[in-house]
Amino acid sequence: MTQNSRDRILFKRRQVLQGATGFGAALLLSKLAGCTTTTDDGTPATATEGTDSSAAGDPIKLGLVAAITGPSAVSGEAITRGLTIALEEINANGGVMGGRPLELVIRDDESTPAKGVASARELIEQENVALVFGGLDSPVSLAMLPVFHELEVPYMGVWAAATGITRNDFDPNYAFRVSANDNIVDSFLLRYAKNELGATKVGLVLINNPWGESNQQGFEEWAPKYDMEIVGIEKFNDGDTDISSQLSRLQEGGAEVLLMVANAAPSAQAMKSLVRLGWDVPVVSHWGPTGGRFPELAGADAAARVVLMQTYSFYEAADDRTQSVLGKLQEKYNIAGPEDIIAPVGIANAYDAMHLVALALDTAGTTEGPVLRASFYELPTYEGLIKTYENSFTPDNHDALNEDDYILVQWQDNKLVPFKGTV
Amino acid sequence: MWSQLLLSGIAVGSLYGLVALGFQITYAVSNTMNFSQGASVMVGAVLCYTLNMTFGVPALLAVPITLVACFGLGMLIERLVVRPFAQDGSNSWLLTTIALGIILENLAMLTFGKETRGYPSPWAETPIPVLGFGVFPVELLIPVVGLAVAIALRVLFKTTLLGKALQAVSESHSTARLMGIPVERMIALTFGLSTALAALAGMLIAPVSNVSATMGTLLGLKAFATAIIGGLANPWGVMVAGIIYGLVESAAAGLLGGTYREIIGFAVVIVMLALRPYGLFGQALVKKV
Repeated sequence: MTQNSRDRILFKRRQVLQGATGFGAALLLSKLAGCTTTTDDGTPATATEGTDSSAAGDPIKLGLVAAITGPSAVSGEAITRGLTIALEEINANGGVMGGRPLELVIRDDESTPAKGVASARELIEQENVALVFGGLDSPVSLAMLPVFHELEVPYMGVWAAATGITRNDFDPNYAFRVSANDNIVDSFLLRYAKNELGATKVGLVLINNPWGESNQQGFEEWAPKYDMEIVGIEKFNDGDTDISSQLSRLQEGGAEVLLMVANAAPSAQAMKSLVRLGWDVPVVSHWGPTGGRFPELAGADAAARVVLMQTYSFYEAADDRTQSVLGKLQEKYNIAGPEDIIAPVGIANAYDAMHLVALALDTAGTTEGPVLRASFYELPTYEGLIKTYENSFTPDNHDALNEDDYILVQWQDNKLVPFKGTV
Repeated sequence: MWSQLLLSGIAVGSLYGLVALGFQITYAVSNTMNFSQGASVMVGAVLCYTLNMTFGVPALLAVPITLVACFGLGMLIERLVVRPFAQDGSNSWLLTTIALGIILENLAMLTFGKETRGYPSPWAETPIPVLGFGVFPVELLIPVVGLAVAIALRVLFKTTLLGKALQAVSESHSTARLMGIPVERMIALTFGLSTALAALAGMLIAPVSNVSATMGTLLGLKAFATAIIGGLANPWGVMVAGIIYGLVESAAAGLLGGTYREIIGFAVVIVMLALRPYGLFGQALVKKV
């Protein structure tokens, strides 16, 4: 009996190991399959210069590669709204380059770098777009950079904040941005933690991807300059459900403030873990949580504890342009008021970026990449939603927004309102 | 700190164990497994969320409906993608169940959407203090449910007529058939049971982890690892292995940092397989049979 049963068990074991291999191989295959299809999309076709065939009145195409679906879908929607409203204003005023209307071509990157790269290539080679706007995900934008530089088409970031997107090693540099820059954000958040919260010891809670990496470098660079100590750096993954182990390490290290960098879903998990620990430490966050349904995912109370940076809030500004944009948002997208705007930065950054791009096209007088790129340095003054842009881009600085343009906000009853008072 | 590593390890680990039980029962009875277990976890959570939040079915009703529906789904899985491929000793059921898992995941993306949704629940709002550390009530419920299910399975297999029939099937299909046991129906039953267990795990974790189409993928993989560590021999072993795996992960994350969670966790799986190819509790099976 023993011999017989052993044989049977051995057979079972072999099957199990085969099972494991098959399982793993299939997972791998499904990943690979994802990659191949996406690269296939972009391989054929030759790049053509948009200018040659252009008669006055021919539309100029601009691309957008952003998360239209997936956990950060809210971001893609906000960016699309901001770009669309600005585009309609421009077209209503006679378009660019003497009467050519703008047209927006949107591609979904599903927050996946491979999808983003394929889409960027397809937009440039098949759709002949003059410029590509980027979405929320830094890893996607970073992955697309080589495509823009190879095909010499400018990129305009309106959300993704990784330092390396604009401060890259490409020469000439085709990446511009109307959004936050991690390095500057890190300085801003540290300064707030020190001056407003009186903290000298901070703990970092970072998502385990290039965006988290980008901020780690920023915090490490700026902390000594503000005489602050980083007591611990904890990284966590997108799917982690409980990170209280990591957070309690920061607690034991004596962190007085937590600086958080992650998108909505993982940030919500971090907040839930803080609730588990019963640790009421102030949380100062990069703007990641605004890209998803953060209050729903984290719970209203936990969400209200987070103070986060933004480039814009529709609440504070009462100027004509804000009112006009608000009016158009209400009319076009059924929005009741500022409280209904889920991701205001996406809208505001995208809106200003679209106007700056239109000015660049007018300045360049052509859609040729190298000329268009250089024209960003010679833009006329533009009174935008976020600020008045004056010589915002220089060969040394491809970020139109700086530390003075950042503000702090927090959630109140599911609404993002300007931050007032202490945490 | 240790109490908290312990608690979160046990909570996560019992969840792995619960899903792994599904692997164990089908394997014990039919020598096949349903590799779409991870997707079944997601189906359970998504179905319950949709019934409860979208259509306003009360939770007390939505949970049993989901369990019954997933039981049916499991039987359907067995009939359509396992039975036709498991005959004459072929291993094709491996790939067909994996394929089904991917199909289910993408179907969920199409219907439920790709966005992560929060599942508010009174069980995951206010943590209660245990050993000086807060846990959500639902996280205490997970190990309780896990152990209860393991005990129930044990009782089912050891004391009931149905259990004896299942055991007979696991011994030998042909002998069981000669005894008048409907082998196919018994196997279908275990698949229904395993999918319902996965759905149960999905509903338990939903208030803590939130609901999304991809929530079950990694969980399914870790549950499979757990089932292998446990040795696929008995429900107890699988539950214990789940808790051990959860503790290892939690310790790795707490002592070394979150980046090491998966590295250490899966490294332990490999070491375990090298040292004890039959799994931690596999020996028991050799003696018993």
